[in-house]
This record gives sequence, C-alpha cells and structure tokens, in this order.
Amino acid sequence: MSEELVIKTGRPDMMSFTLPVVAGLGLILGFLTGNVIGSPWIGLVLGTLIGAGLAYGLNEMVPKKSIGRWGVIIAFAVIGLLFGGLGGAVGGAIIGAIISWFAYWIGRGTYRDDVPIYSTPGQTLWWNFFLFICGAIFIFLITPILVVLPLSFNAEDFFTFTPEMLRLDPEGYSLKHYRDFFETDDWQLALKNSLVIAPIATIISVSLGTLAAIGLSQSHVPGRRAIMAVLISPMIVPLIISATGMFFFYSTLGNFLEGTLGMSKGLVGYIKVILAHAVLGIPFVIITVTATLVGFDRSLTRAAANMGADPVTTFFRVQMPLILPGVISGGLFAFITSFDEVVVVLFVGSAAQKTLPWQMFIGLREQISPTILAVATILVVISIALLTTVELLRRRSERLRGMSPG
Amino acid sequence: MTDSTAGMTPEEARRADEAHTGPMLAADGTPLKKSLARALRRQKLRALGLIAPLLVFVLITFVVPIGDMLLRSIKNDIVADTLPATVETLADWDADASELPGDDVWMAFYVDMWFAAERKEHTRLGSRLNYEQTGVSSLFRKTGRRVDRFDTDVYTDQLVDLDPSWEDPASWAAMLDGPAADALPLTAETWERWKEFNVEEGDAVLEEDVPDFLFTTLYYELNNGAEVDGMSDRLDAAKAAVGEFETVSLQEQFADADEDWLDPEVWKTIQLYSPRVTSGYFANSVDMQLTPEGIEPRPDNQQIYGILFKRTLFMSLVITGSCIMLAYPVAWLLSNLPMRTANLLMILVLLPFWTSLLVRTSAWKVMLQQQGVINDVLVWLGLVADDARLTMINNQFGTIVAMTHILLPFMILPMYSVMSTIPPSYLRAAKSLGATNWTAFWRVYFPQSVPGIGAGSILVFILAIGYYITPEIVGGNTGTFISNRIAYHISSSLNWGLAAALGTILLVVVLVLYWAYDKIVGIDNVKLG
Repeated sequence: MSEELVIKTGRPDMMSFTLPVVAGLGLILGFLTGNVIGSPWIGLVLGTLIGAGLAYGLNEMVPKKSIGRWGVIIAFAVIGLLFGGLGGAVGGAIIGAIISWFAYWIGRGTYRDDVPIYSTPGQTLWWNFFLFICGAIFIFLITPILVVLPLSFNAEDFFTFTPEMLRLDPEGYSLKHYRDFFETDDWQLALKNSLVIAPIATIISVSLGTLAAIGLSQSHVPGRRAIMAVLISPMIVPLIISATGMFFFYSTLGNFLEGTLGMSKGLVGYIKVILAHAVLGIPFVIITVTATLVGFDRSLTRAAANMGADPVTTFFRVQMPLILPGVISGGLFAFITSFDEVVVVLFVGSAAQKTLPWQMFIGLREQISPTILAVATILVVISIALLTTVELLRRRSERLRGMSPG
Repeated sequence: MTDSTAGMTPEEARRADEAHTGPMLAADGTPLKKSLARALRRQKLRALGLIAPLLVFVLITFVVPIGDMLLRSIKNDIVADTLPATVETLADWDADASELPGDDVWMAFYVDMWFAAERKEHTRLGSRLNYEQTGVSSLFRKTGRRVDRFDTDVYTDQLVDLDPSWEDPASWAAMLDGPAADALPLTAETWERWKEFNVEEGDAVLEEDVPDFLFTTLYYELNNGAEVDGMSDRLDAAKAAVGEFETVSLQEQFADADEDWLDPEVWKTIQLYSPRVTSGYFANSVDMQLTPEGIEPRPDNQQIYGILFKRTLFMSLVITGSCIMLAYPVAWLLSNLPMRTANLLMILVLLPFWTSLLVRTSAWKVMLQQQGVINDVLVWLGLVADDARLTMINNQFGTIVAMTHILLPFMILPMYSVMSTIPPSYLRAAKSLGATNWTAFWRVYFPQSVPGIGAGSILVFILAIGYYITPEIVGGNTGTFISNRIAYHISSSLNWGLAAALGTILLVVVLVLYWAYDKIVGIDNVKLG
C-alpha cells in the first residue's frame, strides 16, 4: 500500500478496548510470573492492575514512545533485580519490553496498519493472529539452534541450563567443552578425517559433475532424461538404502584393493569413504551447474571460437568465469553433504575413518557429553559462513547474467 | 559462386542451376545433408564424451552397489557352497514323510561337515540357518567340534587290516585315477575335494594320512554294491569283506554330537534353503515364512515388519502433514511480504536447512528430554509438577517433532517458489467480485498453490521414509523406522540378506513415489537454495 493511501483510523477507545486488552496480557504474564514465585493468584491480580495502569499511563501521559518503553523496561528490570538477582533483571526487562510494546501497539492502533481500511475487526484479529502463528513457526525453526549455543558454554557436564547459568553468573559458564574438543584425540581424529574426506570428495564431484553438466546442457544429447535420472539418483534413493548397497559392494571392493593391489588398510578405508561421499555430492553439483548453464549465453563461446580460441581456452577463459558461481555453490552443497553425512560413513568406513558427525552420533547414543554441543556450535558458525557465501554467490551470478538481485 | 559457375552469363548460370538436380553441397564438396549429419554426430559424441566419465563413476560407485543389494536379497549361495554333496542327495528326500533322510544323505553330510568344520565355515552356515530356525547355530557349532572325532576309524582299521597298502595315499591316487573313479563316484569326488583342501592348506596330499571319511565313503559305496570287480585285488578283497565289517551308524554319531539331528525340521530347513536363489528373505520381510508347503504367514507374536512398515508410513504421513500445516502460512507470508523483509525472514528458514543434521538432532534431544529445556521451562513456570515431567523423547512424539523441524525447510522452499509466482491481483479480483476472504482463498489462491504442496510433500515424504539418524537418537523403541531395522540387521544381527530385502522393498516404494514426483513436477524442476 503506498504512503498517500494510508488513512489514519485514530486510536481505539481507551475504556472499552485498550484498557481491557492490555490488562488481559498483564493478567497472563502476571499469572506466569506469580507461578514462578509460588503465588500465582497474587501475580494474576497485580499483573492485571499493572497492565491496565500501563495501558492508561503510557497512552495518555507519555506521548513519546521511546521514553515510555525504556522507562517501563528499566523499571521492570530494577524490580526483577531486587527480587531475583541478575537473571531476574533480564526476565523483568523482557516482560517490561513485551508489555510496553503491546500497550503502545494496541493503544495507538498500530495493529491495523497492515490490513486494508475496510477490514472488519474479525479480519483484523485474524490477520494479527496469522502473523502470531507465523512468528511461532519461525521461533520453532530457529529456537533449537539458538538453545544449543549458550548450553555449549555450560560449566557442568549437563545438557541443561544450570541455576548459575540462569543467574548469568560467570561461574556457570566456561570454555571447557571447547577445550575438550580441541584436546581429545577422538575428536581431533574425527575433525582431521572430516577435513580430509570432505574436500577430496568435493573436488571429485565438482570436477566430474561440472564436465557432465556442460555435456548435458548441449542441445543434442541422446538419452538425456535417462542419463539425468541416473546422475540424480544418489539424491533420490534414501541414504539408508544407498548405505546398505554400498556396505556390501564396497567391502568387496576393499578386499580387492587390499588383496590384489596390496594397498594398506587405512588408505583403502579412506578411498571407500571418499568415493561414497563423492557420488552422494554429485546430484547437487549437477543441479546447480545445469541451472547456471541455462542462463549462459551460447553465442559467447561462438564468439570466442570465431576469434580463434580453441575449446580449452574458451572453456577456461570465457565459460568458466561465468558459471563459476554455480560451480562454487554446487561445490559447497557437495562439501556440506559429505561433511554432514553419517549413515554411509557408519556403514562403509571403519573406526579409523571416523568423521565429526560419526563421533557426534556415537556421543549422542552413548556417552552424553556437552562437548557435542561445543562441536554443534562450531558447525553452526561454519554453516552460517557457508550460507552467506552461497547467498553472495547467487547475487553475483544474477548480476553477471543481468538479472536484478532478488 | 564456385569456380564452375564463374565466367558464365547470368542466363547460363540460371540454366545450369536448373539442370543441377543433385543434392546441395557444403563448402568442402560433400552433400550438405551428410555434412550436417556429421556435425551433429560429432556434437553428440562430444556431449557424451563430457558426460561419460561421471556416468561411469556413478554407475560403478552407486548403481552397481544398489544392484548388488537387490541381488543379495534373493541370493542364497551359502548352503549349496558349504554342503554341496548334502544338497545334491537331500534333493530326493521327501520332506513331508516326516522320516529322517537316508544313509546317502548322512554320508554326504559327514563329508561336507568335515570340510566345513576344517574351513571354519560351519558356524557361518549355522548362523545363516539360525535366522530361519532358532537353535541351528549351536547345533552346527557343537557338531563342528565333534565331526573330526567320529568313530569312523573302525572302517580305516578294518580296511588296513585287510591290506596295509590302503594306508598309502599314493595308492589311492593311482586307484582313483583309473576306472575305479567311475565305479566309486562319491569316493572319487571326495578325494578331489581332499586334494583341493590340501592345496588350500599348502600341504602335499601324498604326504598326508588318508582321512577316515575316505575309508567311510569307500566302505559305503562298496557295501552298496559298487561294481569294482576285477579292477584290483585289494578292491575285490575289500568288496568281499565289507559285508562282515563292524559298522558305525553315522546317524547315531551325529545324534551323539547333538540329538537335534534326529529332528526332521532341521533337515526340512536345510532342504528348503538349498537352492541358490530364495524368496525366503522377502517372505521374512513381510512377516511370512518359507515352509515346505509354500509361503505362510508367521505366528502373530513374531510379526514385526508389518508393524514397522505401517509405522514408517504412518509417521512419514504425519510428518508430511505437519510440515504442510507449518510451511503453508510461512510460505504465504514470505511470498507476500516486500522482498527485503522476505529475504531477512528467509534466513530463518535457510539457517536450519544449512545446519548439520546432527546439530539439529542433538538440539532436539536437549529440548525434549526429561531434564531438558522445555520441561525445565514448564516446571519453572509451574505449569508442570517437577515429579510429573512430560515424556517427549524416545517415543513417536519425539521423532515426529524433531523430523518435522528438520524437514520443514524442504517443504517451505518449493511452496515458496510456487507461491511467489501467483499474482496477488487474482485474490483482489476475487474479492472485488464479491467473494469472502475464505472463498477467495479456497477457490482462487489455494488451487494455484497445490503444485507447491505436491512438490514439497513428495520431497518430504521420500526423505522421511528413509530417515535413520534422527529416529535412532530420539525415537526410542516406539518411534523407530524400518531403516533402523535395516541398520540393525547390517551391524548387529548380521542378517544381511534380510536387510537387503527390506531395503529393496523400501527402494521400490521410493521409486514409485519418485516416478509420481517426476510426473507431477518433473525432475528438472528440482531447485536448491
């Protein structure tokens, strides 16, 4: 909706709407807060009164929103500090922020801003309820990941928030699980294996996959659909089935490599896992690179050939720089597939090829230790970095192809 | 203009052109059609050449292993390889007659068991047959220890008493190289196996003592009227004497080792699993069993795979359903918000998508367990008593919640890509024509968003049906999938054939779904990120 169409609907009625609604939220928050202390009914009454008071006070007497909100937050934080220490202060500040925001949001009619002027109250309620649902789903999506981060700094060997942590006591936090990760041989071996296996598997799938994607994007490829189906199949077949099939076949292959070619057991183990991971990463490379090639202007290669470049030069100097973003993001997908893969490595590898996910899986199943959460935090940081890279590459690719970044 | 037309007047050139009825020529003089066809062929070859390395790689490292698994689900070489002679003789035994097999079977089985025990193959065979009939494993183990000490040396002693040259391996080799081999087929075959065995062990057969079982087979064949007349003196002498020999019943010897050998059921099992191809694994994986009378359902208390398959399907459907419910509003919101806000919110979808599966699974373990975050918060708020914490993990609920979270991005992304192509003006048009909000949504918007729901659902369902890690960690006993059973058979029970059969069934289900996906969406439309 453009700016000039917004019609100020004015504020809703204080006595019949704002006061009861904000008091209702105060009632719920007061009940919950009172429940923590052990006297829910006192909390309920106090909460209702405070809610009603704030609804009136903020909307009628404090016209400047930022002053009102910060005032309430600080006041609630101080009350929390008096009753429950540092943790109580944080809790109080959060409650204060919620209720002061709600008081202004209701009192000033902001909740109607996103719905058309002709909406009935029922439609307005539904729209805000819908936003609330979406918010809850986003919280559902992100909370598990956010919960892991602070827990990895736990000073105790538990998977839970200790009272010290809730009080924000520095005693409750430590880096010992990170130290554990960097000093335990098991974890270091796993990290090393992951850092060996994933890059090599990625290189194999990217180099073979890019060539094949270029081949597939030619105009006349006999049996294109069948070939595509075969190449995509590692992504479609459930991992447990791939792993079962590989378990049988790769042990035969391993015996052959060890027995007939006389390779060492460790090397054969790595070869098996790398081959298995490389083939799992191939569909991602094929899909991303073919998608990039769809937008590739074929007359560029003809122009290069016209100016006397041989096919190899054309590929490296003209085609490659243009499809590079697609190749790299395919490579990142292949990398994360291998780096994150556990079923196949459990079936195909032996203890010497234990990767990070394998060690985490064992840890989750057997000895529960928050070191897993420290590793998880490191992995989350890595995935944020990868996500950012892929997003930047996508924008660059679209810019190169003359599309507007979306 | 080519050289031939140069110098002609336009009129002549026109006439020459009319007279020229041959094919159009390319610059190098070949017919244009041929030249184009050659160029096209070269282009095709180049494309195939670029694809070939990867295709070969995928075929070897992926398609062949899957094919190998399919074969393994019906392959059953172990009985025929370990007990070759027994399988041959047992084929004639009538399993329905509830009588024990005849002497020929016991004879062949004695020889087979001796070799199997020496090669330590009898335990493998025992555990293979143990999947079909419990107790067979220990039966084979016990017998394997005893078979070397059977009382068959009475035949050795008696034959050697008749003629000491029987002790000489060279005389056996000479005898079985001649016409006696045809007259004594079992002995000759056993001698060949004995020779092979010595080669494997790196021993010279002529320096080893002739084993008891060879004397036993010789006695057995002579006693059954082998026609060795006139071949050699000692054979004639032996044939004349065997009737008077002190004998040892092989059946009793085996019964001494373990009396279960007198149970016809054991022999029925061996006979049933003698063929090299069996439908037994598939029968097992659908709660049936192979019996001499055909395939029959298992007793009720042994049926687990039906329950597991049903549970896998049910939970995958529930997970797909809850993903649809959660993804639809989010996808709608994302595709209707301004680009900038939508991109910001998209991070909240993509971050879980990019985060390691193990991280998300461990996060849910942290959240859901009895001493976990959700229970702690509920107890702290006083909504749940401390001694009545909710059980949310190690059951179906845990698996469904965690997997819904893990697979949700796979639902949101296809839905979003479909919904962002639906013009918002349609909804406005519907409303301006008098539709209520609900009618406008249900009759105009929803039908257009169905392809997104379909794509996301099939993707999520295929992923869910084969999930292993998450159910294994948060599923406990009641929240596990068929894939957990496959992994169990691979790594714990070592019943690989059954694992392969279960995998094959799952693969067929997925391929059918995949085919449907291809029909509805098309594999070329799979998009990432």
